[in-house]
Amino acid sequence: MTTTKLPAPARREAPAAKQTWSRDRVERRLFGILRVVVIVFFLVATLLPFYYMIMLSLRPIEDLLLRPDSLLPDLSALTLSTYAEVLRPVEDAGQGFLGLLANSALVASASVVVGLAIAIPGAYAISRLDFFGRRHVSAMFLMVYLFPAIVIAIPLFVLLAKLQLRGSLAGLVLVYIAQTVPVAIYMLRNYFETIPESVEEAGLVDGLSRLGVIRRVSLPLALPSVVATGIFVFMIAWNEFLFALLFLVERRDRWTVSLGLAQLSGSVEIPTTVLMAGSVTITLPVIALFFFTERLLSEGLTSGADKG
Amino acid sequence: MTLTTGTGPPGGRPRGRAGLARRDARTGLLLITPTLLIVLAVVLVPLAWSLLIAFQRLRLINAGRTGLFENLTTANFARVFGSDALWDSLVTTIVYTAGSTFLAVVLGVIAALALRRPFRGRGFVRAAMLIPYVAPVVAVTFVWKVLLNPEFGIVNSWGKALFGWDDPIAFLSQAHGEISLFGLDIPVPTALLTVIAFEGWRYFPFVFLFVLARLQAIPADIEEAATVDGATPSQRFRYIVLPQLMPIIAVLVVLRTIWTFNEFDDIFLLTGGAAGTEVVSIRVYELLTVQRNVGAAAAQSVFLAGVLIVLLGIYLWILRRRQEGTS
Repeated sequence: MTTTKLPAPARREAPAAKQTWSRDRVERRLFGILRVVVIVFFLVATLLPFYYMIMLSLRPIEDLLLRPDSLLPDLSALTLSTYAEVLRPVEDAGQGFLGLLANSALVASASVVVGLAIAIPGAYAISRLDFFGRRHVSAMFLMVYLFPAIVIAIPLFVLLAKLQLRGSLAGLVLVYIAQTVPVAIYMLRNYFETIPESVEEAGLVDGLSRLGVIRRVSLPLALPSVVATGIFVFMIAWNEFLFALLFLVERRDRWTVSLGLAQLSGSVEIPTTVLMAGSVTITLPVIALFFFTERLLSEGLTSGADKG
Repeated sequence: MTLTTGTGPPGGRPRGRAGLARRDARTGLLLITPTLLIVLAVVLVPLAWSLLIAFQRLRLINAGRTGLFENLTTANFARVFGSDALWDSLVTTIVYTAGSTFLAVVLGVIAALALRRPFRGRGFVRAAMLIPYVAPVVAVTFVWKVLLNPEFGIVNSWGKALFGWDDPIAFLSQAHGEISLFGLDIPVPTALLTVIAFEGWRYFPFVFLFVLARLQAIPADIEEAATVDGATPSQRFRYIVLPQLMPIIAVLVVLRTIWTFNEFDDIFLLTGGAAGTEVVSIRVYELLTVQRNVGAAAAQSVFLAGVLIVLLGIYLWILRRRQEGTS
């Protein structure tokens, strides 16, 4: 690889300039060590909280209170009862997370399906078709992100109160779509633009309509990007908190998992370890999805950015 | 492209470039319409409505009966601007935004530089570093709250064991603490700093991701030439790598500033706005749900958006002047 190639010229030049050579060597050594230190530091900083989360979720609460400083749990005392309690329905003295997980899955999946159905044609239009006002669309998207979500939340909150629709999951899906459509279009557009125009023109020449070209040619080629975008939207909808809080807080049976965990974490009666089990159950699906598609996602997000 | 008469699409549609362009323009509008509709309905109309409510005497109790243009007043703004708490929370918001953005960008750039060259397991390390950003905010704030808990949090129990802290530090509920340094007691806003540290931890992956992508797109030849000419690693970074990173860093600073300025979830979940962390968006939420004064909440949120627009305008103006200065 390129790494082994790099130091070679420096070594050849070394005797010519002794002064720089020594500074160069000091710096190389220093940055070589620093690099390892930095990588280890960041790994610990990012992973430790998640390790702590999993570890606490497996410990009985008494063990935590007795030995708060231990990072290694007592293996014989490990328990899964925390998970049982957090997942059980409220009627069975649990916290009902299974139902909340279902709500979240429903809201997030609906946001992905409808959101993609809206964003795919939109992204294609922006990347390929020269329609009136095409250049102003991105300015409009910037506005969506510029304004605080809470500005938009206030009238929606009033509207839902007016219509007595608080607790409606459909309203939440609409908001999530509107919040994610700009980033979805951005990711998809980057990909559509990499498809050579000649491929699509061949389809047009062969008698396909524009919509036929999208369906038969562009969409199959863009499938990886569509998957990445869908997963990104899913994660945003799954993690969202503010609108869920404003729309659903009064209806416990309609809570999403994020809202559920936030509401219950203020409670004194529920042991921390049980809530940690709740944290793990809401984090795990997101992290799993992310690890399966990390490369796709990162490329989808940054593919416009590496041009500088 | 050549659409000759023989191979043109059937059905008597207009042929040739002009016809296709016209059809494309129509298809384009058709395809973008759903996007426009939903943004209009769920973002633009609510925005305009919020602006209207800001000038209305509107409480949640009478929300159902008040007409769209009834009870117009400027009392909401008088009330919002008349309150000392507003200016306090604006200062808090600005300190919080500047601190969090700075921390996230610096950490992100350092992490990206460390991962620039390939090594075994880089793919895993890269993915691991993105986890704070993709994990649910409710879960990570909860873990931080437990980590920093004065009674059974591991940070305090290790702090007492390793650094000899006398008392546990209430990181998230103490407004002001003191650090003893060389015999001096320096006052620090404990909770605010903790929240900023959290933001740095949660959002450095975003900066990291984009800076790393940019780093890997920098062609190696200039740096190789500089190495041949005897430039040390720090010189190569200062004069070759950093200038090429500046454009993306500038964009990331703007994005992080906007998002941190508008941030609600993180602070609400960590401190609830207590202990000197009451940013403007938290105040809006409290006006809306606790005091149930929709008009004042809207006025406050419009003010928040206005400040942000002014700040961004200043930033872009400085950026343009600087660019004119260098070119």
